[in-house]
Amino acid sequence: MSKQIVSPAPHMHSEFSTVRLMRDVLIALAPAVLVSLYFYGWNALLLLVCSVVTCAAVEYLIEKFLLKCPVTVKDCSCIVTGVLLALNLPPAAPWWIAVVGSIVAIGIAKMTFGGLGQNIFNPALVGRVFLLISFPVAMTTWTAPQSWFHSVDAFSGATPLALINEGLHSGSTVQEIIAANPGLTPAQMLFARAGGSAGEASVIALLIGFVYLLCRKVIKPHIPVTIWVTVAVMTGIFSLCNPEAYTGPLFNLFTGGLMLGSIFMATDYVTSPMTNKGMIIFGVGIGVLTVLIRYFGSYPEGVSFAILIMNLTVPLLNKYCKPVRFGYGRRK
Amino acid sequence: MITFKIGGVHPHENKIAREAAITPLASPAKVAISMAQHLGAPATPVVAKGDKVLVGQVIGEPSGFISGFVHSSVSGTVAAVEPRADIAGNMVPHVVIDVEGDEWDPAIDRSDSIVREITDSPEDILAKIKAAGIVGMGGATFPTHVKLNPPQGKKAEFLIINGAECEPYVTADDRLMRESPDAIVIGAAIMSKVLGGCKCKICIEENKPEAIAAIQKASAAYPDIEVLKLKKKYPQGGEKQLIDAVTGRQVPSGALPIDTGCVVQNVATSYAVYEAIQKNKPLFERVMTVTGQCVPSPRNFRVRLGTPLSFVLEAAGGVPETAAKFISGGPMMGKAIANLDATTQKGSSCLLLLTEEQTRRKPESNCIRCGKCTDACPMGLEPWLLNKLSRAGGQYDALEENKIFDCIECGCCLYTCPANIPLLDVIRINKAEVMKIIRGRAKK
Amino acid sequence: MDSTILATIVILTLIGIVVAVVLFFVAQKFKVVEDERIDKVEACLPGANCGGCGSAGCRDFAQRVVAAPEIGSLFCPVGGNEVMQKVAQVLGREAVAQKKMVAVVRCSGTCENRPRTNEYDGYASCKVKAALYSGDTGCRYGCLGCGDCVAACKFGAIRMNPETGLPEVDDTKCTGCGACASACPRGIIELRTTGPKNRMVVVLCNSKDKGAVARKACKAACIGCAKCQKVCPFEAIKVENNLAYIDFNVCKLCTKCVSECPTGAIHKINFPEKPAAPVEKAAPAAVQPEVKAKEVTV
Repeated sequence: MSKQIVSPAPHMHSEFSTVRLMRDVLIALAPAVLVSLYFYGWNALLLLVCSVVTCAAVEYLIEKFLLKCPVTVKDCSCIVTGVLLALNLPPAAPWWIAVVGSIVAIGIAKMTFGGLGQNIFNPALVGRVFLLISFPVAMTTWTAPQSWFHSVDAFSGATPLALINEGLHSGSTVQEIIAANPGLTPAQMLFARAGGSAGEASVIALLIGFVYLLCRKVIKPHIPVTIWVTVAVMTGIFSLCNPEAYTGPLFNLFTGGLMLGSIFMATDYVTSPMTNKGMIIFGVGIGVLTVLIRYFGSYPEGVSFAILIMNLTVPLLNKYCKPVRFGYGRRK
Repeated sequence: MITFKIGGVHPHENKIAREAAITPLASPAKVAISMAQHLGAPATPVVAKGDKVLVGQVIGEPSGFISGFVHSSVSGTVAAVEPRADIAGNMVPHVVIDVEGDEWDPAIDRSDSIVREITDSPEDILAKIKAAGIVGMGGATFPTHVKLNPPQGKKAEFLIINGAECEPYVTADDRLMRESPDAIVIGAAIMSKVLGGCKCKICIEENKPEAIAAIQKASAAYPDIEVLKLKKKYPQGGEKQLIDAVTGRQVPSGALPIDTGCVVQNVATSYAVYEAIQKNKPLFERVMTVTGQCVPSPRNFRVRLGTPLSFVLEAAGGVPETAAKFISGGPMMGKAIANLDATTQKGSSCLLLLTEEQTRRKPESNCIRCGKCTDACPMGLEPWLLNKLSRAGGQYDALEENKIFDCIECGCCLYTCPANIPLLDVIRINKAEVMKIIRGRAKK
Repeated sequence: MDSTILATIVILTLIGIVVAVVLFFVAQKFKVVEDERIDKVEACLPGANCGGCGSAGCRDFAQRVVAAPEIGSLFCPVGGNEVMQKVAQVLGREAVAQKKMVAVVRCSGTCENRPRTNEYDGYASCKVKAALYSGDTGCRYGCLGCGDCVAACKFGAIRMNPETGLPEVDDTKCTGCGACASACPRGIIELRTTGPKNRMVVVLCNSKDKGAVARKACKAACIGCAKCQKVCPFEAIKVENNLAYIDFNVCKLCTKCVSECPTGAIHKINFPEKPAAPVEKAAPAAVQPEVKAKEVTV
């Protein structure tokens, strides 16, 4: 008989583990990654490899030499950050953009707060926003690179939101812009469309990941669904009031990083609330901010900023949105 | 299908002993009967070294309001009355008896016939239940006669018979329901009579279809007894969760089940009540599952209380090489056994053996704030927060504010935590601390 | 242009004056009168806020000392007599000198002496472990080895010895605040006064089990044989519940008991290696050897 073990109850553990959860997120991201590789070829792969390797390396080096604490690279959370960052970059961006973004994401946004579970902001988004502000030209150059399988000549490469933004500034109406760009129909955006960040190419690919995460009980639907509902309702009201100046709900749901952000970034465990009530408030906040930034801000895309701003409210939401307690209220 | 509303987890049921019929286990050569087999004050031994005892004879008397009688499970000579180590290694008074033959107290009806007619008055039944030393046999071991005697001004509307058996592995109640459904139903009718003829609901989880069918058949003649099928979810068998599932009422924080008009009793308790009232047989044996993937032949035994656990294990094929943890009870709330020389008690429903691979805790890592513990908690608490506050030290006010005292120690949080944080270990100890502070305040 | 600047200056000045006046009266109204000696006393204290004196931190202690008519039993164990002298000077009172106390871990259950009978796999806290069961050895009284005392010490004076599995106290760092003693769920750690050069003679065992049981669980257990009690010339040793205890107020550090103990449970601490030194220590106190251990304790 091996040595007898004694411990307090419970004596068994569920199949959940941090590594498993992170691995599931990576699997859920796989369709989006494959679509981006299909459309953008070698450069997308290069960006992906650069950011994943840098994220892992930075985390390893900081933990090993700076903090001198146990190395946690094996829990895969830094790889998730790397993949998310790569999917948030323009597919034609130079490789060093990915490296710089990863260093900021892991080195500043994650490790300075104490590593996994301690950060306030989503690391990948901090990396992206840092790049967007520091290297605006590289981050908004949307010329599509050469793909392996696909001729990209038909596409302009610019993001739909940027097209709309520019068009509105030059005085045309939403309908005119959409009519002038065949890639902007909802059906086209739902399945596959080159243009925008690497991960935004196909809404369907992202939704497949969403369904997978739900089935594996990795995330709950509350945050993404409230974001979608909020965005749909708000844009619906705006576009009904003035269809020439404001884009409609379907267009807004399917463009930009909304799907990528709502499914994979807003649901990041560490930087999202823990209770259902908190999640709903969080989702509504992201939705409202996204629409406001898209319609009235100077950036065409607002999901990243919306999520980062709402990340700030998470400690407060956790403090005030308590779960439904058993045995309080609902008395007989 | 009905179940409780908040939280809960779905561990693999692993009911590997479910097809093993209950077999009586022969008495060992020597038994050591604990005087602390019930919640509350240990019983006072009333026998001395050298006394001859019969099966069913009283050997310990209650020493307080929450206490109970203890009976001899064998016939023979008292070898010693001394403190012995229980499963946790703590010293508890025991009566040690050298077994000689198997001579039962002549008052016990040993026939197999089912006695249906309930002739005793409620007062007599209550007195008999107390004298038979019956306690809650689901594991809490709260004296049954106290529970069946609601305080003045409170009336029971429902008697809930708990056959949920939501703990993985354990099959003792399942087998009992399948093999003695009539006794359980009559026991329920007896308890319902004590409670003023209230409605009775026998609740069984869906993963025990044979038990549901058997009890349904046995209860067909009793219009006040209803059999409810529950969805499989842990901790369904928790008193508060079961009441919520059955009646939709929540026991208010700090209140007792009777405040919602419910009394919950385990099926094994119901069986014991039947035997005590109709057969005049006190509680000195019980059904116990010996199980685990590493056990050569998982079994359900009817064991005499006071049988050494090592003896029970021997009967189930010996201690396997790979067994690393021995658990009294189920894997979620059972107690790990430090001392295999300890003996079976009224609350020992299961002896579970787990291998190192099944039970060894994985190293703790950072909390990733996934909120899975909050989702799993059946009491709507935030285990991650309680853990954080507890480890900060001295944050008792904040812990109280976050309702740490509502924790039922079901283990869902620790079970589900992907970072393997020992949430419940930390919470349990701080809950005790907060309860102490609250009680201290109440005294002032 | 000039008038704008002038107006700005005048307005700002006026606002400044009004605010200053308001602030002055508010400050007067809400002034808290506090004995300035409290600050002075607090300045003398170590400032560790360890609670070793029984007060909730150093300031609380300072308030209590200032409020009390006499220093009396109020004592800062961390600062010791030196600090109390300073405090007494500030207050113009007499300090009552007290002997320095250090923490002693009364357990010799090293991995070698006390074989492990099972393995604890829960949260590494003595408190949790003690609430669960009797421990991972045969001894129900000994050290649990999870280091609650190490975590409780604010002075870094206790550390776990990985070889023995027992905590070790660094006498030079120990301030005698008693945080470790109250953290230990088994009550193994005791505060004791020390003799010259921090010397001590202590029974390093806490087992109240009967001799045979205790011995079976741990080779170095006190078995309550009372040999030490008989040999002690000063009646400093009492055996109660199968456990010998040396009263540090009576013990003269003669170390006779150390060599008498059959299990080696009695240890001399901080004595030089050569056995010659302690003999002369015992000499001056040996004037009253007539009282032998005739009174056997129950």
